[in-house]
Amino acid sequence: MALIEVNNLSVEIKKKKILQEINFSVEKGEVTVLVGPSGSGKTTLLRTLNLLQEPSQGTIKIGGTSIDGRKINKKSTRSLRSESTMVFQQFKLFKNMAVIENVMAPLLLNKLAKWDEAHDIAASVLSEVGLVAFQDKYPSSLSGGQQQRVSIARAIAAKPSVVLLDEPTSALDPELVGSVLKTILALAKQHITMVIVTHEMEFARLIGNQIIFLENGQIVHKGSPDQVLSSNGPKRVNDFVNSVSKNNYL
Amino acid sequence: MNFDWHYFVNTFPELVKYIPMTLLLAILSMLLAIVLGGIITLLHFSHYKVIHWFASIYVSFFRGMPALVQLFLIYYGLPQIFPIFKGLPAIIATVIGLGFKQSAYLSEVFRAAVNSVDRGQIEAGQSLNIKSFKIFRYVILPQAFINALPAAGNTFVGLLKETSLAFTLGITEVFAEGKMLAGDSFKYFETYLAVGLTYWVLIILYSWAQSGVERVLNTPYS
Repeated sequence: MALIEVNNLSVEIKKKKILQEINFSVEKGEVTVLVGPSGSGKTTLLRTLNLLQEPSQGTIKIGGTSIDGRKINKKSTRSLRSESTMVFQQFKLFKNMAVIENVMAPLLLNKLAKWDEAHDIAASVLSEVGLVAFQDKYPSSLSGGQQQRVSIARAIAAKPSVVLLDEPTSALDPELVGSVLKTILALAKQHITMVIVTHEMEFARLIGNQIIFLENGQIVHKGSPDQVLSSNGPKRVNDFVNSVSKNNYL
Repeated sequence: MNFDWHYFVNTFPELVKYIPMTLLLAILSMLLAIVLGGIITLLHFSHYKVIHWFASIYVSFFRGMPALVQLFLIYYGLPQIFPIFKGLPAIIATVIGLGFKQSAYLSEVFRAAVNSVDRGQIEAGQSLNIKSFKIFRYVILPQAFINALPAAGNTFVGLLKETSLAFTLGITEVFAEGKMLAGDSFKYFETYLAVGLTYWVLIILYSWAQSGVERVLNTPYS
């Protein structure tokens, strides 16, 4: 059974249709990559899965929680959010907290662990992303790539069912992109379920079990990387892939 | 020039005796202003329009009236209408008057400080399923506190100087003592220059202490 099931999902913002009747599912332990031109609704879709954006209709099921887009309330929001965490393009680390406090925050503030246990978990995930030596530093003293890796550590600390990553490398200098992509690849190898928005096509090919191509708020193509991103794939996707710069940071 | 240096220098020890009263008035008024200003800030963020309006009117009312008028209203006016206020100590009346007035300014400082915290910080907390009040308490408030510190410090500096109005209610603080010394000696220039310099030194010392606190608290952001 799929871990994520999205049915007939639509989002309207100020009477403008941003997403229209989105349907897809994600299997447990697999990685789905959302690609498409700017303004196609990729980020909105990701934010809607975390209910940072409220849907206007449709259902979202993640793990054991299912919500109806027309009946969103505080309880259903918290319930669905307990299944996922998000990694943002701009990192959004808590500026007033040291690195380890950032990673401990979701555990302590959601009462998922006592201080000692939270500290051990945080130290362990920070070592996974190679930043345990920076645990007492503040975000402002880290590079963009390091901040993003801390943000990934914070997202996986509470072991959510799914990690949602919104263009995790777009705000980084080119020389910092590789380290973040390698961190995400390492998570994929641990079979952490992820939905990723990215413009890194080589990375998408390498990490994705499923590629979803969005345009004008609709899913235009979906399938394996070979089906969607290969030169024999749909012409519209090929045109898009050829139009984005081809960097290989891995 | 007919400046009496000997008198001028000897005025300072007399004025210094009343610094504790000036500081007491300023600190108590500031504490009251912080508590009330914090409450008004929270009311400002209320989703209920009536509460929001109340906060706006409160700020407008207390900012729009001279401090001296407020002190007279509380000390001389209130007992006339409400007998329970008869015998209200002048110190309490001063603290209430100055505290309410400065709370209006501080609530605006706090509001700006909260609004200047990056909205992304709230979103990050929400995405991690952290409850709103915990995001406010552990993420927004510490950052807003740093943002508010310079302007809140200015409010305290203003308050320290405004305590000189307390002499009108019969309290002897630095300015009142200076007024009496000047009245006795007729050496107005020397006396009021000494009074002014005493306030100036107090404010320099406070500003120096605040800079140190700001430097320490800014560590995470520098």
